[in-house]
This record gives sequence, structure tokens and C-alpha cells, in this order.
Amino acid sequence: MAVTSLRSGRRLLLDSATKALFQLLTWVCIAIFVGLALVLTQQSLPVLAENNVADILFSGTWDPEAGQFGFLPAIVGTLITMSVSMILVVPIAVLASVYIAEYARGSIRTLLSSSVDILAAVPSVIFGLFGLLIVAPLVDEVIAPLFGAGSTGLGLLTASLVIAVMTLPIIMSLSVESLVALPDSLRETVLSLGETRSGMAIRILLRAAGPGILSAILLGLGRAFEASIAVAMVIGGKNLIPDSLFDAGQTLPTLIVNTFGEMMSLPETRSALLFAALVLFVVVTAFNLLASFARNRLERHWRYQ
Amino acid sequence: MNRRYVEQYLIETLIRLSAVLVVGVLVLIIGMTLYKGGQVLINQPSVAFTAPGPLYLLGGSGGFLHAILGSFAIVLPATVIATVLAIASGLYLQSDYCSERFARAVNVLLYVLWGTPAIVYGVFVLTLLIMLESRSSLIAATFAVSLLQFPIIARFVDEALKSVSADLKETVYALGTTRFETLRLLLRAALPGVVAGVIMGFARGLGDGAAVLFTAGGGIEMPSGLNDPATTLPILIFQQASSAYPSVREDAYAAAFVLMMLVLVLVAFSKFIARRFSRFAQEDH
Repeated sequence: MAVTSLRSGRRLLLDSATKALFQLLTWVCIAIFVGLALVLTQQSLPVLAENNVADILFSGTWDPEAGQFGFLPAIVGTLITMSVSMILVVPIAVLASVYIAEYARGSIRTLLSSSVDILAAVPSVIFGLFGLLIVAPLVDEVIAPLFGAGSTGLGLLTASLVIAVMTLPIIMSLSVESLVALPDSLRETVLSLGETRSGMAIRILLRAAGPGILSAILLGLGRAFEASIAVAMVIGGKNLIPDSLFDAGQTLPTLIVNTFGEMMSLPETRSALLFAALVLFVVVTAFNLLASFARNRLERHWRYQ
Repeated sequence: MNRRYVEQYLIETLIRLSAVLVVGVLVLIIGMTLYKGGQVLINQPSVAFTAPGPLYLLGGSGGFLHAILGSFAIVLPATVIATVLAIASGLYLQSDYCSERFARAVNVLLYVLWGTPAIVYGVFVLTLLIMLESRSSLIAATFAVSLLQFPIIARFVDEALKSVSADLKETVYALGTTRFETLRLLLRAALPGVVAGVIMGFARGLGDGAAVLFTAGGGIEMPSGLNDPATTLPILIFQQASSAYPSVREDAYAAAFVLMMLVLVLVAFSKFIARRFSRFAQEDH
């Protein structure tokens, strides 16, 4: 450091200058995001003024020309795809996490955890292609005939399978993290009481890491809720309440993606879609905050052991 | 005793099967992309290097160089903006510039933003454009992508700064430095984590389609100016995959190959940096 810069006046000036700069930039970020919430709310007011919230959420008619914006098909589609994908993915993700955390050693463990990291980084549009090329024919030619249902391959089941694959890495990485964080003394105690290794994993460790795994599942739910482009590629995009899992449907994000064309020209539709985005934002945020709450509880629980 | 052996055997089989299934899915996805895309690219390597003809998406001649260039033209500046904001706010929140209560509140906000769906950012920027009576363009997409990247990079920066030993900070302060001089040292110690985070943010920006879908304007020409419509690889793949023309659908796999390779290289690079330099970061318990 040059001698001149050791004079404290200049150093203090630099200190306050950088403070002001960082403070400004931090507040810019805060302002942008407060703006986001305000704009979404303010822009969805017109449609809320014309229709009441219950009408929008529980009506099945989507007819922009008549001013009717029923989200029900999209909401039903979202709930179905979310629950089906979670039923499929949670047991597999949790068991595979147990394998990584408790069984795998050395290079196998590195291989598995890098697989999860890579899966997390795969762009969502590639999951969509995967759905079109592999899952859709599978549903069309194998699963649908098994249930004796007609299918085009594009529909809620295909979408659920794609969502299941997309949520796999996020659920797994957090589950592994919370299993690994459990103290070894717990494992030693349980084994010394005569429990088998697998019994320990299933009966004791999963329960001890419960809040962490719950938080992983909640984050996975958030991810399932927001999946837009990949799901839009495989769900078929019909604004009808589906009769079966093989029917084409709609979710809230695909409603936004698929009605994109109308969005620019009709202010009413735009307002309705922004309300959909607001609902999406609020629900995903709720999931994430719940997940963070569950994680904090887990950390606090094991910190003082 | 026998029952417990059977139970152990069953549970372990299930656990192993699940792990195999996970690896299988990954191999299937990457293998599919590389195999199908590789086939198209080997037959016709020019699609990745030529500009699109006017009817490219309708089965016309040309390639998707515009989307590759568009991806970089949108995501590179976006990453720079997001990185500057993320480092500034990260340093501000962790370097004794502000109260702990404020830092905690902003961290909750950052956490919420980290989980905000990309499509919400896209819709938000589009709404701003409509309010400003402007239209979708390269610069609007850059703004949307940087909104998406900022919380991701901020999170990595935060973790990297946290992993710097508290002793270092106290030692440096004890030498009589100002906050700015201290944080320069903190940042240097945290640099590998920060760089790894920036690369991951870049990869996420490249791979995301939802934030740019509404804001880039889906241009079908080479990107020419800041206010002109542009397109990125994910949007292009989305459009190609739903095309009625088989040749265009085939090209989607070629574009996916390029995107996948870019993302894989970036992730590997980020892991390499994080691991290569992790010996410089002290554990702090």
C-alpha cells in the first residue's frame, strides 16, 4: 500500500464512499423486488374488480371474449400433477438419499452426488424434450393400454412424470444434506442397541432428519408448482377439467405460457394472467418459507446435542 | 432373527434400486440429448454455425447460430449485472456496514426471491415493457435474466463469505483497517466460492427459458441491436419441439446438444474451481 493512502482522512472517505455505494445497490435490489410485488398486485386489480376472487378460482370457463377467466382447470391440473409427481418421486428420492448418505462410499458416492448435481443443472427445456421423446411414447404405448385408456401421450400423467424427474435433484440434495448432518453418536447408539443398518436408516435416521426431509419435499413442491416450459411441452394445453390422468390439461404456469399470444393485445386477459402469476408467486413463496422454517428447526435441534 | 434378515434384505434392495433408478434417469436424459443431437449434428454440422433463413422455423434453410449468439448476448451482460449487485449486497450485509436485524430481513427477502418462479420475472418485465410502451428486446431479456440470476449468485456469495474464517476478519480489524480494507481481504478469501457461484448463475441463466420467453421477443434473425428482438437456445428448442415440421423438430435435438454441452462444461468448471481452491478456505466451526 502506498504511503499516501495510509492517511486516515482518505481511508475513511473511501470507507464511507463504498458504504454509500453498497447501500445504494442493496436498496436498488430491494426496490426492484418490492416493485415486482406491487406491479403484480396492481396489474391484477382490473380482473379482480370485474370478477370476484371465488369466481376466478372456482369457475371452469376460460372465455376471454366474454370476460370470464376461470382458473379451475389450471388449478385442478396443478394439484393433480403436483400430487402424482410427489407420490412418484418422494419414496425414490428419499431412499436414494439414504443410499448416498449411509451406504455409498468412495467413488460410488462421488458418482452419485455428482449425478444429482448435474441433474439439478439440466435446463428445464431439456426435461421437456425428454418428456416428448421418451415419456410420451411410454405413456402412450405402455401405460395407457395397461389401463385400457386412450391417450395421445401428451397429458397430465406425462407432465407428472416429467415434473417428478425435475424435482428429484432438489429433494435429494437437501435430504442427503440433512442425513449427513446427523451426529455419528446417534448412529453408534442405535447400532449398539442391536438395530440393523437398514432398520437404523429407516426407523431412526429418517425420523431424526424428518424436518430436513420435509423441507426438501416442500422445496420440491415449490419447484413442481412453478415448472413452466417443460410442462407446457408435454401437458397438451387444454383448458378443461380432466377426466383421467391421460387427458390433456393445464397448470397455472402453462396457462401463462400458452396464452402468451393473447396477453399482449387484451388488457383483461393480461390482468387475469398477472393474477395467475401473483398466485404462483404467493404459493411458491409460502412453500419456500415453510421449508426454511422446517430446516431451521432441524438445525436448532441438533446443534446442542 | 430371520425376520430381521428378510427386512434388511428387502430395505437394502429398495434403497439400491432407487439409487440405480436415479442414475438411470440421468444417463437416459443426457444420453438421449447427446445421442439424438449428436446424430443430427454429425449429419449436418452446419446447423450450429449458420444463420437462419427467413423461413427457418417453417422448415426452411439455415441453422440456429442466432440462438447461440442470442443466448450469450443476453446472458453474459445479465450475469455481469447480477454479479455486481450480488457482490455489493453480499458485502453490505456481511461486513458490518449495516445492523444485523436489517441483514436478517434482507436475507429472508433474498431467500424468497431465490425461490420465485422464473416465469414470474418474465411476466413482470413484460408488464414493465407494456407500461413503458416498449417492446420485447434483447435488453429487456437481459434485465429479466439478471433478476433471475441475482438471488442465485447472491446466495453463493453469501455462503462463500460465511465460509471465511471469523478469525481472519478479527485479525484484520485488529490491525486498524477500515471496513472497506477488511472486506477486500474477505472477498479475496471467498473468491473461489464467489467465482463458482457466478459460473453456476451463468449456467442457470443460459438454461432458463421462462424468464426470456416473453421478454426476448423470439427474433428469427441474428441479434443486431439492444432494442431488437433476440432469441435464446431454450426458447428456440421450445419452438422447434412444438413445430409441425419433422426437420425442425430434429434440429431441436441439435440445439439441445449445444445447450447441454455448454451447461455441463460450466457446471464441471464451477465444481473444479470450488474444489481446486477449497484448500484455501478454512473451516470455521
